[in-house]
Amino acid sequence: MLQLIGKRLAQLVPTLFFVSVLIFSLQHLMPGDPALVMAGEERDPVVIEQIRKQYGLDQPIPVQYAMWIGKVLAGDLGESMRLKVPVSELVAQKLPVTIQLAVMAMLIALVLGVATGVLSAVKRNSAWDWVVNVVGLAGISTPNFWLGIMMILLFAVHLGWLPASGYVSPFEDLQRSLATTIMPAFVLGTAIAGVIMRHTRSAMIQALDSDYVRTARAKGLSERTVVWKHAMRNALTPVITLGALEFGTLLSGAVLTEQIFSIPGFGKLIVDAVFNRDYAVVQGVVLVTATTYIVLNLLADIGYILANPRLRS
Amino acid sequence: MTPGSATASATAPDADAFVIESPGRRAWRRLRRRPAAMASLVVVLVIVACALLAPWIAPYDPTAQSWSAVRQAPSAAHWLGTDEVGRDVLSRVIWGARASLAAGVISVLIAMAAGIPLGLLAGYVGGWTDGVLGRVTDAMLAIPFLILAIALAAFLGPNLTNAMIAIGVTATPIFIRLTRGQVLAARSEEWVEAARAVGNPHWRIALRHVLPNVLPPILVQATLTIATAVIAEASLSFLGLGQQPPMPSWGSMLNSAQRFLAQAPWMAVFPGLAIFVTVLAFNVLGDGLRDALDPKGK
Amino acid sequence: MRRMVLAAALATATLGLSAAGASAQTTVRIGLAEDPDVLDPSLGRTYVGRIVFASLCDKLFDIDANLDIVPQLAVSHETSDDGLSLTIRLREGVTFHDGTPMDAEAVKYSLDRHRTMEGSFRRGELSIVENVEVVDPLTVRLALKSPFAPLLATLTDRSGMIVSPAAAEAAGDQFGTNPVCAGPFQFVERVQQDRIVLEKFDDYWNADAIDVDRVEFRPIPDSTVRLANLQSGELDLIERALATDIPTIEADADLVLESTTELGYQGMTINVANGEGATGPLAESPLVRQALNLAIDRAALNQVVFDGAFFPGNQWVNPQNAWYQDAYPVPARDVEKAKALIAEAGVATPIVVDFMVPNNPEVRQVAEVIQAMAAEAGFDMQIRVVEFATGLQEAEAGRFGAFMLAWSGRPDPDGNIYSFAHSTGPLNYGKFASEAVDAALTQARTATTQEGRMQAYSDVADVWLTEGSVLYLYHRAVLIAHTKAMQGYTPRPDGLVNLVGVTME
Repeated sequence: MLQLIGKRLAQLVPTLFFVSVLIFSLQHLMPGDPALVMAGEERDPVVIEQIRKQYGLDQPIPVQYAMWIGKVLAGDLGESMRLKVPVSELVAQKLPVTIQLAVMAMLIALVLGVATGVLSAVKRNSAWDWVVNVVGLAGISTPNFWLGIMMILLFAVHLGWLPASGYVSPFEDLQRSLATTIMPAFVLGTAIAGVIMRHTRSAMIQALDSDYVRTARAKGLSERTVVWKHAMRNALTPVITLGALEFGTLLSGAVLTEQIFSIPGFGKLIVDAVFNRDYAVVQGVVLVTATTYIVLNLLADIGYILANPRLRS
Repeated sequence: MTPGSATASATAPDADAFVIESPGRRAWRRLRRRPAAMASLVVVLVIVACALLAPWIAPYDPTAQSWSAVRQAPSAAHWLGTDEVGRDVLSRVIWGARASLAAGVISVLIAMAAGIPLGLLAGYVGGWTDGVLGRVTDAMLAIPFLILAIALAAFLGPNLTNAMIAIGVTATPIFIRLTRGQVLAARSEEWVEAARAVGNPHWRIALRHVLPNVLPPILVQATLTIATAVIAEASLSFLGLGQQPPMPSWGSMLNSAQRFLAQAPWMAVFPGLAIFVTVLAFNVLGDGLRDALDPKGK
Repeated sequence: MRRMVLAAALATATLGLSAAGASAQTTVRIGLAEDPDVLDPSLGRTYVGRIVFASLCDKLFDIDANLDIVPQLAVSHETSDDGLSLTIRLREGVTFHDGTPMDAEAVKYSLDRHRTMEGSFRRGELSIVENVEVVDPLTVRLALKSPFAPLLATLTDRSGMIVSPAAAEAAGDQFGTNPVCAGPFQFVERVQQDRIVLEKFDDYWNADAIDVDRVEFRPIPDSTVRLANLQSGELDLIERALATDIPTIEADADLVLESTTELGYQGMTINVANGEGATGPLAESPLVRQALNLAIDRAALNQVVFDGAFFPGNQWVNPQNAWYQDAYPVPARDVEKAKALIAEAGVATPIVVDFMVPNNPEVRQVAEVIQAMAAEAGFDMQIRVVEFATGLQEAEAGRFGAFMLAWSGRPDPDGNIYSFAHSTGPLNYGKFASEAVDAALTQARTATTQEGRMQAYSDVADVWLTEGSVLYLYHRAVLIAHTKAMQGYTPRPDGLVNLVGVTME
């Protein structure tokens, strides 16, 4: 067990290395010169040259990579060219926001997804199954930004129940914080709820058809115990793994959702940085995101092993 | 998705020993018994037909502008209204099926074509190959999907083909990982071990015994990924990295509609519905296929 | 919120009020279309950044409603007869937000910082300045390399912003994270992409005119959401509302719409001599460029895309501007003449053009309408949508046939034309080169009289508007919407948000 966790931790290093190489090279393959973008209307060739020099953009690409990774290993994520602010400061500002949004979205998704998934597996091929399926799929099938704008028009403009956008920290005002994040969390959550529902359903069906459930039934256990205790336990394993995998989807979804709701989180930060070719920010934020994601995956794997005694040996 | 249950040893030998009908025929027989799956198949075929027959069934030229009929509500002349430069929304939705379907299906085919062999390789060969593939897969999965797609599409250049490639490449790791996981699970099954014990070569085991067993979850994943891919195409078109004007895709239509939600909701409603119906149909169909392909099913 | 009656009454009460507690605080929340860049006048380069600067940093000079130059931190100025030196007399008793005095030393420091700091985008604008000399504590003299008529206008923008030397010296290139200027509001905090907060500066030299205690700028890129926030009361003012949202705003009894014609323009840059894109009839023949110009129906374009709220144009300044050349009115569409010109040029149709369009839904729509209009005259405009960063590089490298390009505009006409039309201009993406135009542009800079400059621009127009590389299309209306509760708002001619004289009910 410990050995396995140790092995997974050791895998972190090459994975993060590949992440850094991937994002660094992709970014430099994209057309566009950060110094030009930064200058925008103020296209003074002398100043643009100064900026290139200042940020080492005049160096060969491998040298730039070495310079960057060297600093990262020393704990320095660099500085945003556009904002003249250390990347670590941006990360510290944005990380709590996106975590709050992601956790809320994941809670919504898990509650909706697992409950409806189990329901539709138990009532397989009934009208319930069908309704749950369609509703779950509606969540997956609706583009995030569209659902977001529709919700703003309905709840903020027409009904006036919720603020249209913006963000308030929970430490400042919990109620307002929930009010500002509930719509984006719901938009993000519904997209994943459908996925979780489908996987819960198929895992539950497999579990319900399995021998041990048949045995449990044969032993005369109540249907409720069979479903919630025996079948559920096995079915949840893939759902846990998936939950961790879907955190990646959540972050992707956050990219446009945060834009629509003006939530100052990671998603918005990365997109703006990609379009502004703010290299240090893209690299730093992607690195942090990827690390978070990989650690979550590791935790999911441990959960998987714990829930599945057969794999422990 | 779960590693094989205890029933495997009882059912699996049928597959080899008592073949009465081919798996494909059996799946089709089973699929026909499912009304939802058949209905979705019909919907998918209708959408495919729309895409193929667009020049003949669209009432108007999808790029013909009419400046005196800008943002008009649905009427007898324009069933779904007109857009911001007076083009017929119905015609654009029909033509848009081409871009969106192609983006959804082709990108997933690219992802499968790359992901399944790599997954089989990783799962079956194991060792060092598995290690490297695993780390690269982890790295790609760890970077947000849309960011990767944006970067790839911007690098390849803005057009629909490149958007499909970008989405396909981005969706590849999930197929590698899924295939690998299924292979690992299947490998430990007794009947695979038995096949190996009687001296079947590795490739034969991989193709004849392992692959058919890993396909159902991959199909489920493929249908879900088509959904993601259609929406990813919408997002890329929004960012100027997908379909180029004046040709429509549902994604780019939704994005121009965004500014007119209050005044001209039909511009957003119908391409949105088209995406919804398409994705829904693929999902229900995939679901039906999953049950129909299940070797343990009836 | 407390009703404030008169600005004058308030001014005397301000100190007492702020001591009395936060309950009487008036806050103005402003929705911005983008997240501003760094808040350092030397390093800033965005229009949206200038909106924030307008409340944060005062300048030596300002422009009034008629675009005339008026003193702000200066009280008077004098140009020597040879045009080679500019003496500026400064306002007395002005202090920076950190309490240090705004004097001649500070002005010299700020101007030198603009001119010489590594990465300063003001370098080019002020390159005409040879040196800055402190004459006495309230007088500075700028020595110029040659006479330069647009200099005063330059000092009404970021180049004229004076920063606290003490703060700038301590912060170096991090000054933008905590800017210290001499404007009506001082910097409180910034959460990137979320908000910028300013509060009233009690020792502001014109404090009587300021009634608002706190300003919050919130970047909200989606225009629908920005308007929704204004309607739901989360914001008090939004900038750059969409033309197509005008009916919604006007139908809302709680909102007021302010509209000004922008100082800039939207145009199409034609690649005439820049690299691989400069091939084909459009690049080679002025007749074909005139044909494209005549193929466009500017009125219809304005009607279709902007509900007729913008202003058709054909020059680097809008038709109401004092520098507009009346000899060249906005052309009406004439497809027959366009076809005749193409025939005269002896070119076969369709004329294929690689039409690069920045990725902005409004501009993309404009491009699609132009595509359809130009097709009728024999052009095949192949739209290629590019994101901002890619577009800049493609433009730089000359990989385009035509390019939709916007310019945010400057108060002096020189800022709208020189860099685009001069053969060495950095924004001359089409690489147009004409000795006559170069000479006339230089003449317009050095001429000392209004008439002399006007004549020079007339000479520019004769060449540039018939064979040049920019086709001007329209001028945007700068649309600012605010709530009825906000009183006393007066629009600025440059479209920036003006909080002087504003009271909140």
